[in-house]
Amino acid sequence: MGRYLIRRTLFLILVLWIVSVVTFVIFVKLPPGDPARRATGGRGASEEQIEAARHNFGLDKPILTQYLRFAKGLVPWPSWFLYDEVYHSYGSNVPVKEQVFSRLPVTIALAVGAAVMWLLLGVPIGIISAVKRRTIIDRASMVFALIGVSAPVFWLAQLALYIFWFKLEWMPGSGIPLDQGVFKAMLTGRFIMPWVVLSLTFAAFYARMIRGNLIETMGEEYIRTARAKGLSERKVVFRHGLRAALTPAVTLFGLDLGGLLGGAIITESVFNLPGIGKLAIQSIYNSDFPMVMGITIIGAFFIIIANLLVDVAYAFLDPRVRYE
Amino acid sequence: MPQPLLEVEDLTVHFPTEDGLVKAVDGISFSIQQGETLGIVGESGSGKSVSFLTVMGLVNQKQAHITGSVRFQGQDLLTIPAEELRTIRGAKMSMIFQDPMTSLHPFYKVGQQIAEAIRTHQPVGKAEAWDQAVDMLGRVGIPRPEERAKQYPHEFSGGMRQRAMIAMALSLNPDLLIADEPTTALDVTVQAQILDLIDRLKSEFNAAVAIITHDLGVVAEHCDNIQVMYAGRIVEAGDTNDIYYKSHHPYTWGLLRSIPRLDSATNERLKPIQGSPPSLINVPSGCPFHPRCPYVMDVCKVERPPLNPADGHHASACHLTLTDKQRIFSEEVLVHR
Amino acid sequence: MSVEVTEQSPPRPDAGKQPLVRLSGVKKFFPVTQGILFQHRIGDVHAVDGVDLDVYPGETLGLVGETGCGKSTLARVIMRLYDSTAGTIEFQGRDVTHLKGKELRALRSDMQMIFQDPYASLNPRKTIGSIIGAPYLLHKTVAKDKIKPTVQELMELVGLNPEHYNRFPHEFSGGQRQRIGVARALALKPKLIVCDEPVSALDVSIQAQILNLLEDLQAEFKLTYVFIAHDLSVVKHVSDRIAVMYLGKIVEMTTGGTLYENPKHPYSGALLSAVPIADPELARARRRIILEGDVPSPIDPPSGCRFHPRCPQAQFPRCSAEEPQLLPQHPGQFAACHFPLEDRATVVGDTPA
Repeated sequence: MGRYLIRRTLFLILVLWIVSVVTFVIFVKLPPGDPARRATGGRGASEEQIEAARHNFGLDKPILTQYLRFAKGLVPWPSWFLYDEVYHSYGSNVPVKEQVFSRLPVTIALAVGAAVMWLLLGVPIGIISAVKRRTIIDRASMVFALIGVSAPVFWLAQLALYIFWFKLEWMPGSGIPLDQGVFKAMLTGRFIMPWVVLSLTFAAFYARMIRGNLIETMGEEYIRTARAKGLSERKVVFRHGLRAALTPAVTLFGLDLGGLLGGAIITESVFNLPGIGKLAIQSIYNSDFPMVMGITIIGAFFIIIANLLVDVAYAFLDPRVRYE
Repeated sequence: MPQPLLEVEDLTVHFPTEDGLVKAVDGISFSIQQGETLGIVGESGSGKSVSFLTVMGLVNQKQAHITGSVRFQGQDLLTIPAEELRTIRGAKMSMIFQDPMTSLHPFYKVGQQIAEAIRTHQPVGKAEAWDQAVDMLGRVGIPRPEERAKQYPHEFSGGMRQRAMIAMALSLNPDLLIADEPTTALDVTVQAQILDLIDRLKSEFNAAVAIITHDLGVVAEHCDNIQVMYAGRIVEAGDTNDIYYKSHHPYTWGLLRSIPRLDSATNERLKPIQGSPPSLINVPSGCPFHPRCPYVMDVCKVERPPLNPADGHHASACHLTLTDKQRIFSEEVLVHR
Repeated sequence: MSVEVTEQSPPRPDAGKQPLVRLSGVKKFFPVTQGILFQHRIGDVHAVDGVDLDVYPGETLGLVGETGCGKSTLARVIMRLYDSTAGTIEFQGRDVTHLKGKELRALRSDMQMIFQDPYASLNPRKTIGSIIGAPYLLHKTVAKDKIKPTVQELMELVGLNPEHYNRFPHEFSGGQRQRIGVARALALKPKLIVCDEPVSALDVSIQAQILNLLEDLQAEFKLTYVFIAHDLSVVKHVSDRIAVMYLGKIVEMTTGGTLYENPKHPYSGALLSAVPIADPELARARRRIILEGDVPSPIDPPSGCRFHPRCPQAQFPRCSAEEPQLLPQHPGQFAACHFPLEDRATVVGDTPA
């Protein structure tokens, strides 16, 4: 097992490195025009300002050196990680690290809240549909699932805002007032619509997946053995069927959550929540490369850690995987 | 005659499907006495597995139309409530299946699965159930059972897995053990071990055994009585001598003539049964075997032959006269031996 | 001084004929790898571990053994579906061990295979006409407009209705699908057909039909068969000679009759006493040789004689130290054992030595 994890870790480090190279190439090398001009924030700047920016941001150094300077910020060592000398926002002239970490709580609140909600919604629906296959309940939930999976998040979000905020005035509007911390915002219900909208798609998907897994698992021979032992149907479904059916869902959940922590871009944008997703969009529009790089790296880290945790969890859940 | 342990009367099990009604079991009656070993022989589609799945209650009224009666120790299992049936299933009557790799849950330790069976039926604590499970593993011949109980099914070999299944099935001292193709997925030398194990445990646990198989060789040595099934019906029933040395049904003759034997001369021509197994949706009229029977008469196409006991307990469902049956057997089947 | 033991055949009507297939010292290992970043070989699965075998034209050679004995691997090595790790394979006197490309493809028209699972070995998207006729397109042996009638002739030969040319595999029963497989194997009129468990997946009443069919075809087309099965009764029925395999090696080789009446290797004896016999008295008349334990893994074969951990009559230190060679026991019978069974050891009533 240890060997397996070491191999996975090395692989994921490789992934992180590749991500950094690709991001670098896309945002530094590929765009036309003068990076130094972009570094001044794109507003009309004088030649001296442009040259100063070029020097400040090290844009006069050779390409490889530039990359290496950014690469140093990948290493999770306190003084190196997203260090300010390189990771300094072009546009807003603030350290990337500071910006990102201050906005992280909003994204975490959004992601975790949505995750809890989609589990609470999707899993039971999936189980009930599987157990009561081909009844009205099953058909209804699968229609729900189809809608949830097909409806785009931005559409759902707009729809929710229109109905629940604009028309009915049940929910507070988008955004978080500047003086409110994340917790207060959650308590005043500012996250409710974002959670629901974000979780709907996932809930639908998980419901379908769990339904499919459970139906398949319940057809396995060991279920027949469990019944032959005289176990109650409830024990058969939960202890034998579900145990096997949920295992793939657990791993997927880890990956989904990991991905969301890197920023639920659309949801944050529509609901105007100051998380790192929204920050990412803004930074891309502003060609604020250090910020983009920083957020990408944070996102990549979340995904890598999620991947490792998921691997461990899977080995824990499925004993056949443990011996590599 | 003491009351039979299991008495099945006129059992039919019909599955409604999109293509039509599948008559998996079409009117069978038989009984198993305490301590008896019954062999049920048939090919795929004969209904041999479905009959016993129905006896165990693993096929129920929600999935199929079931008529007839299944009396176990005097009680009709088809009429008692599901809760009560569950107290019998696994405890007084248990079943093992063909492929022990897929029949055991891959995520739970073997000891856990056996202990679960025990705790379902007996009010014992986890520790005691575990000890009993380890004990059972030892009794089925698994070395170092304390260690093995902590392992998962995929860490066991095929033969050991089947032993573990047997341990689980016998852990509550049932009166009837049903073995559905218990050796088909195993190597030949392991098959022999498992069959011997079942023999030994049968007397140790004082249980009756029903062995379901397609292999006439498997039941030859280990069964007291045998019934041959075809198209959901019993076509012949008798003790071992009757079936192998005095059989009275063309299907049984066909089986005996078509299987290669170790003691026959090499390249002695096999006499296969013509045609193919029948559809269970469109079962042939009259005797279901008639399209393939070399001795078919007009009455066979029209009238379903009842299972007639000839000499006492030896019964065959065929319109041929007893004299004809005896003659044909001694002239055509016995010669093959 | 080492003595080279070569495989000799029993006297046959066509004695003096060159073997159709000759295997010498054939080994096939599959690597077992481990490693964090770079997988390195830590061992091998000794699937086939030194086999000498001759197959004569017109005969049926049976290969029998349990899981892990290597019979299926050996079959595929003969067919050149696997490259052997060591040893040579000769076909009609020609060394084909390392053939590649066009030459290997040409060889394929002489050697064909029938597979075990009639449900898995036919492409469900193709009509059976195109499945059976595919070899003709590949090897260009039959003109395009003549393919259909040729295929239909084949179908009739194997007992299929030629009008079903355009049907798909799922429309046929297991036995019929196996007939399709046979027809396909026959298409190029091969000299050798390797049958890998051809009847194991079929119902008993159908098995006999297919076995008879194979027998008839062999007589009509002068085919040579290598017949693999785990069911000794079936193998004995079809084979002229039988090779019993254990853990990658041949432990006994003789005719079916001799094997049944007078096995020399304890493993053969154990197999014979374990095979189910549809005759209660005969079954009970056997002397039982029950083996302990399970079939071992070919990754780490036991030292000396591979059978020694399970052998009821192993004697130490010889059996665990020295690997026995395949030696003649009686004319036409070879066994690899230091202490072969006494004559008629499997019959009850005879006192064992």
